[in-house]
Amino acid sequence: MVENILEVRNLSVEVSGRRVLSNIDLEIPKGEVHVLFGPNGSGKSSLIMAILGFPAYRIVSGRIIFKGKDITDLPIDERVKMGISVAFQNPPAIRGVKLGEVLKHLLPNEKKANDLLKKVKFPQIFLERDINLGFSGGEIKKSEILQVLAHGGDFVILDEPDSGVDVENLRILGGVINDMLHERSALIITHLGIILQYINADVAHVLMNGVIACSGPPTKILGQILNEGYAWCEKCLQVKTQRCEL
Amino acid sequence: MPTSKDAALRAINKPAEYGPDLDVSQYARETKNWEPCPISSLPRDILERSIEVGVLPEHESRAASFFQIDHSVIYRAVQSFFEDKVEIMSVKEALAKYDWLKDYWWRIVKVDMDKYTALAEIAWDQGYFIRILEDQKVTIPLQACLFIATDNLNQNVHNIIIAEPGSEAHIITGCTLHSSVQRGLHVGIAEFYIKQGAKLTFTMIHNWAQNFDSRPRSAALIEDNGVFVSNYMCFKPLKSLQMYPVAYCKGRDARARFNTIIYGVGGSYIDVGSKIALQNEGCRGEVISRVIAADRAQIYARGFLQGEHSNTKAHLECRGLILSDDAVIHAVPELMAKAQSTELSHEAAVGKISEEQIQYLMARGFSRSEAEALIVRGFMDVSIFGLPKDLEMEIQRMIDITTKRAL
Repeated sequence: MVENILEVRNLSVEVSGRRVLSNIDLEIPKGEVHVLFGPNGSGKSSLIMAILGFPAYRIVSGRIIFKGKDITDLPIDERVKMGISVAFQNPPAIRGVKLGEVLKHLLPNEKKANDLLKKVKFPQIFLERDINLGFSGGEIKKSEILQVLAHGGDFVILDEPDSGVDVENLRILGGVINDMLHERSALIITHLGIILQYINADVAHVLMNGVIACSGPPTKILGQILNEGYAWCEKCLQVKTQRCEL
Repeated sequence: MPTSKDAALRAINKPAEYGPDLDVSQYARETKNWEPCPISSLPRDILERSIEVGVLPEHESRAASFFQIDHSVIYRAVQSFFEDKVEIMSVKEALAKYDWLKDYWWRIVKVDMDKYTALAEIAWDQGYFIRILEDQKVTIPLQACLFIATDNLNQNVHNIIIAEPGSEAHIITGCTLHSSVQRGLHVGIAEFYIKQGAKLTFTMIHNWAQNFDSRPRSAALIEDNGVFVSNYMCFKPLKSLQMYPVAYCKGRDARARFNTIIYGVGGSYIDVGSKIALQNEGCRGEVISRVIAADRAQIYARGFLQGEHSNTKAHLECRGLILSDDAVIHAVPELMAKAQSTELSHEAAVGKISEEQIQYLMARGFSRSEAEALIVRGFMDVSIFGLPKDLEMEIQRMIDITTKRAL
């Protein structure tokens, strides 16, 4: 039997009393890269916030199992310490807290940190800047990926690593992410699937209205979405109560 | 001709515009005399306290030093390399030496402003005179310490600081007290004169005690192309502190900036503001304050920008962080424009530590309390002050100790 790095079992989540995820089942075997498609507001970010343990995402039912351990009730930092590294889509700016300070906490070895900086083509001066304060879209992505690399967890969550990035930076980040995924498992949210040009993903899931509508080969699913839009998934949901398998 | 003493006598019962009204007769005025000695020969407990407020015993790291304990000036000296560049002495000595100095005395701080200025005139206990000579750039900081060693003492100092044309300097002033002192009142009058093209940075650190009251009264007059930067920090508990220093940008293109970081703990009552008056063409001003209220602290963070002349510009930024439901932060930013092309703006934001920020840092492996400490520490980012590196590190260390205790 293949060992799962992450199992989400029958997970239902509420935010401010409103249901955002219903009965989600998701298994990510060790070493696999899964992508999560879905229209705006379908619950993609909610799912990763729930996996990470953000308190605003209240778990109504279900369990989250990471590396065989039930982490459903653990605080964020303890989950992260078990080996989950995350790149957020819209991280908050924190005045006076330098990117360098956070990076040092993630990776105390200065030489290794500098190597990573070079890898994402980030100038040293960024370490002196207040984290995310006045960062451009591309700089935020680089900073987030840099922190994922510095943390070095064996399960990586990336929330839209390909949105709001120019072509040049997308190429750099795509290469870095691809390298990183060779030895890791991952769950990657992508709205338009651009990142799939740079990485090999094993399985894709489509999230519609808080429910996983279908799962299957990433390129095939992406092709369908690009051709027919998410309306196709909507139809699919109506026909079968079960998820469809392509 | 009425003297300043007459004016003081008339104002001796006049309450200040802000802050709790103190009965100034509750404090003692008598204390022993301290014999002059080098700073490094002072008792260890005094030295440790003074280092905490940026005043060092090593002579070579400061261009000039002044040390006053209670009412006695125990040390004042200029390092030999800077002898022809700066003057430092007790203000009584200076008034005896320079007849012209009386023209600077009670000129921009009014003696009858309130009972505290009046007290400083009627019961005046020294203070320092610092003068940076014309065109002299003093590359390392000068320092002054106003120390209180007697419990329940009232200390009233009057300082005059003159930056002659084209000069540049950084003065660090630390006001603190002996660990045995619990109560008392410090009134500090400071009049700053920044002449044409001069630049003066003044950094003041206050460390008082739980039942101690402090009423600084200061003003700066800035002439053509002059620059005045005032940094103020207070991290320890006290009973009450009220001050509202003013910078008058009188000359063309004069600039003033006030940076303030206050950490209110315990039952501290703190009412601190900064005012800048833009009185000539091209004047610029900036008021930046960061206040944190923990425990039962009550903090008023005021700011006043007054645009009196065309083609002037100033900005006021006040950020407050509230760490307890029993604490209060009251931000009061005021703008007054008296000319058409004066550009005044302010932003004020007061709130608790953002959960979003805490959780973000937790997702980087910090525990909740580590994340909170990091955010509070970042909030009081002293790097905005442009201090000497060693002092910046010293202050950062103090902040770390304070935040660790509060969280």
